[in-house]
Amino acid sequence: MKTSLRINGEERQLDADVRTTLLDALRQHLGLTGSKKGCDHGQCGACTVIVNGRRINSCLTLACMHDGDEITTIEGIGTPDNLAPLQKAFVEHDGFQCGFCTPGQICSATAMLEEAKAGWPSFVSDDLDDIDTLSDEEIAERMSGNLCRCSAYPNIVAAIRESVKETAS
Amino acid sequence: MRDFTYDRAAATSDAVASASDEGASFIAGGTNLLDLMKLEVMAPEKLVDINRLDLHDIEETDTGGLRVGALVSNSDLAADRRVRRDYAVLSRALLSGASGQLRNKATTGGNLLQRTRCYYFYDTAMPCNKRQPGSGCAAIGGQTRLHAILGASEHCIATHPSDMAVAMRALDAEVEVEGTDGARRTIQMAEFHRLPGDTPAVETVLKAGELITAVILPPPPGGRHVYRKVRDRASYAFALVSVAAVARMDGDSIGDVRLAFGGVAHKPWRDDRAEALMKGKAPSDALFDEAADLILADARGQGGNDFKIPLLRRTLKAALSEATQMGEPQ
Ligand SMILES: Cc1cc2nc3c(=O)[nH]c(=O)nc-3n(C[C@H](O)[C@H](O)[C@H](O)COP(=O)(O)OP(=O)(O)OC[C@H]3O[C@@H](n4cnc5c(N)ncnc54)[C@H](O)[C@@H]3O)c2cc1C
Ligand code: SF4
Ligand code: FES
Ligand code: FES
Repeated sequence: MKTSLRINGEERQLDADVRTTLLDALRQHLGLTGSKKGCDHGQCGACTVIVNGRRINSCLTLACMHDGDEITTIEGIGTPDNLAPLQKAFVEHDGFQCGFCTPGQICSATAMLEEAKAGWPSFVSDDLDDIDTLSDEEIAERMSGNLCRCSAYPNIVAAIRESVKETAS
Repeated sequence: MRDFTYDRAAATSDAVASASDEGASFIAGGTNLLDLMKLEVMAPEKLVDINRLDLHDIEETDTGGLRVGALVSNSDLAADRRVRRDYAVLSRALLSGASGQLRNKATTGGNLLQRTRCYYFYDTAMPCNKRQPGSGCAAIGGQTRLHAILGASEHCIATHPSDMAVAMRALDAEVEVEGTDGARRTIQMAEFHRLPGDTPAVETVLKAGELITAVILPPPPGGRHVYRKVRDRASYAFALVSVAAVARMDGDSIGDVRLAFGGVAHKPWRDDRAEALMKGKAPSDALFDEAADLILADARGQGGNDFKIPLLRRTLKAALSEATQMGEPQ
């Protein structure tokens, strides 16, 4: 099925079997292998990309359902010589070990910070209507959809905490 | 995944017409359906993509409630200012479910119709009356940690996994559906999901091809809203037991209380007798125990889930203490 996707600001055409997930389209048809496949069942977050401003699991959606959509993958967030602030923070805080979960963590955190800016509450927010700066507990809860098999969690939280401070200042 | 044809619907009438084909299924967020299709637990021959239908809004109703379009995402519903203020139990239940990524995709209609997480339902090598009617139930006598303690049958002991539906049950929501004839009808949440009985594959009262168009919330119930969820890890896990509680105090006594339970039955569970028992009485540990006695009178464990019986009692009591602010200055 023919599908047009706007990926990282570029118009891309896809003609793939209707069963192709967005993740497989990115990795196998469009050469964007930054997004990772950990579980293929929505359970790990390694495949997280941003679609029309929202983070989603690209393994649990079909590419053909996204005709005309705007997609940001890790490749669109920063490049090795032009790292996004979150990417820099992950490097500085050692927010990974093997790095497999990292593209998903960074895509997820990028969109998560926007959700927090929009005032979205989380399950650990005491007051649903009054979300100030994100505590470590808030960061952990909001990032719970991204598992890290190497358990780099403390450093992932530290990297995001730093970006929270930067976006706030 | 089995092959299928893909059809994108532009209007609700197209969607119901298209879905009247044999083997057709709607797809909304896809977070449950695609998961099950990959495992070939479900194998629709045709997918009717409803994401472009005009069912994305939350509107106020004439009676002061809210009409939530079937395609409103779980994230948008949880973050809606009116829902946060007037139906906090629903915001909290939604926020306790799945992950930020999944809630962005999961829809109101799809969440109601998500299938059980019974391990044997997912394992096509095992007998399962829900997946393959008449094949038997591998859960009975097997691993039952996730399974029901209330309302189960000898044919199926699965639970409904939704958190959202539990809050909607406590709120007395209604489900609006459109049939193949184009007519719309509403179904009380109490009636929407079925107990397994001898037809566990039939999970709701929806007729073939019926489209959920909205969920209607009655006017705000007031009071204090609590959603307690107990699970195997602190986040991103299904409920072992959950309790939605909404209580309004009338001086020192309970003016109104609504309770619904998740993780314990084939549908969000509610027990009017326990609510009636508490109304007009001062909250106390003994009163909450009496309510729990009523709710759990017919509870039956399967071995691996026996722990849910005392766990439900304790979770209920904790939720009630919080909702009635027992021991706190009023
Ligand atoms: C890893 C993981 C963890 C999760 N954790 C939780 C949790 O803790 N709590 C929880 O409550 N849920 C949890 N979920 C489940 C999640 O909430 C559901 O997958 C989601 O709500 C389904 O919505 P959807 O729009 O994606 O449905 P889809 O997958 O699109 O559809 C599900 C079913 O509903 C039907 N359908 C969809 N919309 C309509 C409509 N408008 N009319 C008629 N039929 C329709 C489809 O045909 C399909 O049969 C989890 C899921 C995953 C993958
Ligand atoms: S409990 Fe229900 S869903 Fe699970 S194996 Fe038995 S019949 Fe199937
Ligand atoms: S690969 Fe998509 S969530 Fe694991
Ligand atoms: S760094 Fe290895 S999985 Fe997270």
